[in-house]
Amino acid sequence: MRLKRKDLLGLEDLDAKEIELILKTAKPFKELFTRSIKKVPTLRGKTVVNLFYEPSTRTKASFELAEKRLSADVLNISVPTSSVVKGETLIDTGKTIEAMMADFVVIRHSMAGAPHLLAKEIKSSVINAGDGTHEHPTQALLDMFTMKEKKGTLKGLRVILIGDILHSRVARSNIWGLTKMGAKVTVVGPATLIPSKIEKMGVDVSYHLEEVISKADVIYTLRIQKERQKQHLFPSLREYTELYGINTARLKMMKKNVIIMHPGPMNRGIEISSDVADGPHSVITEQITNGIAIRMAILYLLSGGETRELTR
Amino acid sequence: MNLLVKGARVIDPSKKLDKKIDILIENGKIAKLSQNILSKKANVKVIDAKGKVVIPGIIDMHTHLREPGREDEETIATGTRAAAAGGVTSVVCMPNTQPVIDNQAQVELILNKAQKEGLVNVFVVGAITKASKGEELAPIGELQRAGAVAISDDGNPVMNSQIMRRALEYSKMFKLPVISHCEDLDLSKDGVMNEGYNSTILGLRGIPTESEEIMIARDIKLAQMTGGYLHIAHVSSKDSVNLIRKAKKQKIKVSCETCPHYFTLSDDAVVTFDTNTKIKPPLRTKEDIRAIKQGIKDGTIDCIATDHAPHLDMEKNQEYELAPFGIIGLETLVPLIITELVDKKVLSLPEAIKKVTINPARVLNLKKGTLSVGSNADLTIIDLNLEKTISTFMSKSKNSPFIGRKLKGFAILTMVNGKIAMQDGKISK
Repeated sequence: MRLKRKDLLGLEDLDAKEIELILKTAKPFKELFTRSIKKVPTLRGKTVVNLFYEPSTRTKASFELAEKRLSADVLNISVPTSSVVKGETLIDTGKTIEAMMADFVVIRHSMAGAPHLLAKEIKSSVINAGDGTHEHPTQALLDMFTMKEKKGTLKGLRVILIGDILHSRVARSNIWGLTKMGAKVTVVGPATLIPSKIEKMGVDVSYHLEEVISKADVIYTLRIQKERQKQHLFPSLREYTELYGINTARLKMMKKNVIIMHPGPMNRGIEISSDVADGPHSVITEQITNGIAIRMAILYLLSGGETRELTR
Repeated sequence: MNLLVKGARVIDPSKKLDKKIDILIENGKIAKLSQNILSKKANVKVIDAKGKVVIPGIIDMHTHLREPGREDEETIATGTRAAAAGGVTSVVCMPNTQPVIDNQAQVELILNKAQKEGLVNVFVVGAITKASKGEELAPIGELQRAGAVAISDDGNPVMNSQIMRRALEYSKMFKLPVISHCEDLDLSKDGVMNEGYNSTILGLRGIPTESEEIMIARDIKLAQMTGGYLHIAHVSSKDSVNLIRKAKKQKIKVSCETCPHYFTLSDDAVVTFDTNTKIKPPLRTKEDIRAIKQGIKDGTIDCIATDHAPHLDMEKNQEYELAPFGIIGLETLVPLIITELVDKKVLSLPEAIKKVTINPARVLNLKKGTLSVGSNADLTIIDLNLEKTISTFMSKSKNSPFIGRKLKGFAILTMVNGKIAMQDGKISK
C-alpha cells in the first residue's frame, strides 16, 4: 500500500488506513536503530529543507536525523538566519526553496494554516512539523506508535490528555488520530483552557483530574506555558499543579500498567513531578526514539515508497 | 439626452409600485412614469428593458473607498466603478481612511474628488471621535455642515460607554445617525474567526458572538437613554438580531444592516484557511445564518449593505492570522440577494429591493431610493435570469470569497442622475 498524497498537513485529513500504514511502516525503521549502521539509501539524491519559523529542539533534531538516516541531502533554514527577518513572505520563501528543487519541505510555523498555504503554492511535498495551535501530525503519530507498542492496540484504549488543550496542537492531532483508531479520549484541564465545542471532536471533557485517572491506560500530560497565566487563563502555577500535576500520589490512583507520556519539553515540578517523569511508567524517552522512526516512515511513504518493498 | 426605459417591470417599494410601466427621464430627472410612453421626440434614447426589472438606484450604505491613504487598494474612481458595475448608484463611504475623516476638510476632499472622478453618488460618513480613537468627540456639527450623512468609527467600536453616550446625545441635535461597529475589543482580542467548533479544530483564535452582542446591548441601552439615532452596522449573529428585535418592540430608535456574506457563508468556509473568509465580524454558524434570514424577513434587519473592504492580493495571500479583515462586495451584492434571498423565498423581490433602496435612504435621510417624478434619475436594471460565475471585478482589489461561485440575477444597467454609468457590464468613461 502507498500513501497517495503530496503532503502531510494534519491528522484531520488522514483516514484510519493511512494512519495504520504509517505506524506499520515505522516498525522496520525502528528496528534499524539497533544496528551499528543506522542508515539506508532510500532517499539518496533527494533534498529535504527543514524550514523552522519557531524554535524547536527535539522536532528539528528528530526530522534531521530521520532525513540523514534515509540518506537525503538536508538543508536547515531557521528564522533568525533567513531572509524572513528582511520581510520576505512565506510564499516567496517557499518559491525560493522550490526553485532549489527541494523534494520535501518540513515546516514549523507559529501560525495555523501556514503549511497549508505553502502546500498550495509549491510542488514540493510539505510536512507539517507543527503549525500554531492547529496540528502537529508527526508528534501524534509517534505518540500513537508508542501507545500501540506498549499496549498492543489503540482500539478501546483509554487516553487522558491533560492541560492546555486550547493552545495545544499536540492535543488536536492526537484527538484526530486516536479517535479515528478507536481509542477513547478524555481531555482534562481548567475550563479556561478547554476550547469551545471540543466534544464535537468525539472526546469527553472533564475538569477534575482525580475523577478520571483511575480508568486511564495512557496519561498524556501537556506542557503548560507560563505566559498563559498573564492572559488570565488560570490564577497561578501553584494552583495549576495542585489541580492537574501528575505526581506519585496521583500515580497510585491509576492502573498498575498505566503509561505516562509528555511531548516535551517538560516543566518538571509543574505539570509532572520528576519522580513520575523518570519513573517506571514513563515512556517519555521512548517517544523521542520513536519520533525518528515515524518521521522516516512518513518521508519514505510520501516519496512513493511501499510497505511491501520495505519488509521484503 | 433624454432616456426612455421601456417594457420593464418597475418595482419601487417607496411607492408600493410593482407593474409594467415605462419611465421617461429628462434632464437627469424622472419626468414621467406611465404605460406606453411614446418615443416621438427626436432627442430620446430608448432603452429596451423588456423582461427585466427596473428599481430605484441601489444605495450601499457601508463602503470603504480607501481614499485617501490606501489608493493601492481602491480609489474613489475605482470604487465607484465597482459600484456601477454592481448596480449601485450611491455609496456611503466610511471614514476609516488615512487620515480619518474627522473634520470638514476631509469631508470636502472626498466630496470634491467624488464630483470629479466618481461614477456614482458618494455620501460621506464622518468619524464619531477624533481619529476614531474613541477618546474625544469629533466636531460633529461641522462634519454635518460639510456634508456628512452619519457618524461612525467603523472598523473600531467606541469602547468607552460615556463617550458613546455623549455621541448619541450630541448627534441627536443634528438628527445624525450614529453607525455603531459593535465589538467588545477585550473579548475579540487577537481573534481571527468565529469562536466555535471550527476555531477549535483549526487552532485559530476565536471571536465569540458575545463580543458583538454585548456592545449591541450596551448601545441599545444608550440609545434608549439618550433618544439618539442608533444604526448597528454589519449584524452577524442570532442574538444580535434578537436584541435589536426586542429594542424595536420597545420603540427605541434603532436600525441595522447585515451584509450578503452573513446570510450566505458560515464559518465552515474558513476550514481551507482561505483568507477571503477573514472578516469582522467573522462568518458565524449555520444557525446564525438562519436567524439573520429571519431578521431580514420580519423586518428586524432594515438594510443590506456590502461592507466593501478592498485589500490587495499581496496582503490577503499570507498566513490567516496575518491577513487583514475584510472582503469586497459591491459587485456581488445584487446576485447574492437574488440567489440567496429572493430565489430561496426568504423575501419577495420588492421586499428585497426595499433593503437596498428606500430603507437605507430613510436611515440616512437621503433624498434617494425612489423613482418619484422629479427625483434624480438613479435607477438600476436587473436581469433576474442572468447567470454568471464570479471571476473578475472592476474593483482594484479581488478579495472575494465568492470567486468561482455561480450566481443568478445581475444588474445590467446602472443609471446615475440620468446618465448611464454601466450597461451590459461595460462601464461608461
